[in-house]
Amino acid sequence: MLKRKAPAKGIFALPYAVICVIFVVFPLILLLIYAFRGENGGFTFGNFAEVFTNSSNYMALLKTVGTALLATGICLLIAYPLAYILAAAPFNKIAILALLFVVPMWMNFILRIFALQSLLSMLGIEKSYGAAVIGLVYDFLPFMLLPIYTALVNLDTSYAEAAGDLGANAVGTFLRTTLPMSVPGIISGVMMVFMPCFSAYAITDMMGDSNTAVIGGKIDYLISQNQWGVGSALAFVLLVLVIAVMVVGNLVASSRNAKANASALTRGGSAV
Amino acid sequence: MEEVSTKFDKIIEVRNVTKVFDDVTVVDNITLSVKRGDFVTLLGPSGCGKTTLLRMIAGFTTPTSGQIFLDGKDITDLPPHKRPINTVFQKYALFPHLNVFKNIAFGLKLKRIEDIKRNKKTGEPVLDQTGAPVIVRRKFTKEEISEKVNRVLKLVGLEGYGHRDTTSLSGGQQQRVAIARALVLEPKVLLLDEPLGALDLKMRKEMQFELKKMHDELGITFIYVTHDQEEALTMSDKVVVVSDGVIQQVGTPKKVYDEPANAFVANFIGESNILSGEMKEDYKVRFCGADFACEDKGFGKNERVDIVVRPEDIGVFRAGSGKGQLKGTVLGVVFKGTYYEMNIAAGDYEFTVQNTDSFAVGSSVELRIKPDGIHIMKKMRTVNETVTTVDGENTVDFHGGSFAFENPEHLEKGERVKLSVAFDKIELTDDERDGVIGGNIGPSVYKGTYYQVQVYTDDDDDIYVDTVYEWDMDDRVGIVIKPQDIRVEKYVEADEEKEENAAADGEEKSDA
Repeated sequence: MLKRKAPAKGIFALPYAVICVIFVVFPLILLLIYAFRGENGGFTFGNFAEVFTNSSNYMALLKTVGTALLATGICLLIAYPLAYILAAAPFNKIAILALLFVVPMWMNFILRIFALQSLLSMLGIEKSYGAAVIGLVYDFLPFMLLPIYTALVNLDTSYAEAAGDLGANAVGTFLRTTLPMSVPGIISGVMMVFMPCFSAYAITDMMGDSNTAVIGGKIDYLISQNQWGVGSALAFVLLVLVIAVMVVGNLVASSRNAKANASALTRGGSAV
Repeated sequence: MEEVSTKFDKIIEVRNVTKVFDDVTVVDNITLSVKRGDFVTLLGPSGCGKTTLLRMIAGFTTPTSGQIFLDGKDITDLPPHKRPINTVFQKYALFPHLNVFKNIAFGLKLKRIEDIKRNKKTGEPVLDQTGAPVIVRRKFTKEEISEKVNRVLKLVGLEGYGHRDTTSLSGGQQQRVAIARALVLEPKVLLLDEPLGALDLKMRKEMQFELKKMHDELGITFIYVTHDQEEALTMSDKVVVVSDGVIQQVGTPKKVYDEPANAFVANFIGESNILSGEMKEDYKVRFCGADFACEDKGFGKNERVDIVVRPEDIGVFRAGSGKGQLKGTVLGVVFKGTYYEMNIAAGDYEFTVQNTDSFAVGSSVELRIKPDGIHIMKKMRTVNETVTTVDGENTVDFHGGSFAFENPEHLEKGERVKLSVAFDKIELTDDERDGVIGGNIGPSVYKGTYYQVQVYTDDDDDIYVDTVYEWDMDDRVGIVIKPQDIRVEKYVEADEEKEENAAADGEEKSDA
């Protein structure tokens, strides 16, 4: 029997592959080339040496990590209780409430930052490091709220009931069941906020002062100064750090199940 | 309803408990005592309020009114974590982030016990000034927890499963973990909310047997909720039949099966033939056009009664043998493994009969029912009664709608009146718009020649309708009553108390 072979389904992925190559892979390769190319055009580690020896470069990197951690932490502290309230009765019946906190995400973030800027100046808060952190938190809060809210609202109430039934009071129930069971939501929230905070540049530029040097601004500055090599090397370091954070986040998420088997005492009949 | 004896050692006492959710009364003034060490089953169709009652005993829901006592102490407002009661949940509710061991140890880690204070180095008891040992509250040690968990794992047949992930277990195994988790705390009362509902038939039978065994071994009081009448009859010391938020009957499985208190219980528990008849005199009842000897007395002469005959209590004989009291024709035969189930038309009723001999379809037979096979129950009320107002010229308000009525007394608008309509004078229509008011079909009971249907009106009341048609539960229907069938009397205030009593009586009977 002769059968004409149908074209593989993969063919439909081709346009996306092309777009991917042009807009993701190619720029990355360019980035790598610039990062490892010396002024004379030859291969060099000099750009990376410049990144890690010039204190203004690596301090910007460290400061960015600190700022991103701070903003993420504040987001988590605000978003978790808020998500908890929104996911609990009677508010969980009113989906629009959670929506209200997400609606700003539909607006361009530059517009939002302008709005926040004028709001803060009305309150007498000028451009500063603090204002930049407020800007980051304000902008990325929905990304923290949404995954935690989703995790909590989908949590069956019978778990909390079972914990209470077994003798846990409200605090114990939260710490022993609700919180650990919402950790996946927390992890994805943290990742979704930390990474854009880390590479944020427009927000810190608009809200911060000269003291608020972030890595994004530094790269912009280097490239505008025609220092393509050092700028690319710094961007590459940034990229590696972001990937590292992502990998660590995924590892934490997937090791949670395995962790339950850690203690020898919990190994059923073998303990005594 | 049978009087609950107050002499026995009550561990749980539910006193006049009512629960209303969003204006719907789910549990309606229930009073119930549970004897220490008993296996008590709350049995009823879904939505009858049995789970709500259980949740109130567990403490997850607070009664709208009434009290719950444990060992004589009022626990109505005590939160669940302070009650020495544990629950096995319908969907197990095992914590997915903890393994089997940690799930079971969950409660033990939270528990504090009283113990003699010991010197940390020597292990000697610490004495106070009077020389008595000092009592301290302490946690269980890791070794104690481990020992208890392993013991209970052994009890439920899951030795060596401690390190397993709960999500990797089968339904039956998860069920066992849930039971172990509740039992390890040695509760005074174990509540089980349809625990076997998610298991397949074979597994269910096995677990029924094991639960019963555990109950016998541990001596803990079990309160079990199920809609499965067979499960209730096999396992329980006592069955509590619940419908519509009201207890219909409390009794041993045998008693509930053999002597159902009313048509609902008879219909819900086991298969039964429910007929409408008339009590001729003591020990003599007439139905299907024949007189039967029975074991009941104390009814009024010619009182209309409901009669329950279990399918296995009907003898079938060949026509002309002269052994039976009723002549009938076999309509259908099904072999059920150990017996034949036949549908036999006799008079205007179609009997369900179980017999070890089979008769061919279409053959003429005689049926015999012995006196002890006939169970007679007081008829529920036969008229819907309500106190209402005349709301227009020759119209009267009935559950939110204006019904026309003949008005010989020329009652005027606004007048308080007593309205009564016989069950069989109410007409149901398929299209809600054809009725004066709409309603939802509730449970029906087949009475031989007609169905008695409970209809929920939109003002959250219920009326009874006798109809020859079969109506589907939860269907929307219209309600029509002919003007000449509505009896309206002037409502006399002086009679209020008496009327209320009568109304309450009627209510109770309709609930019963």
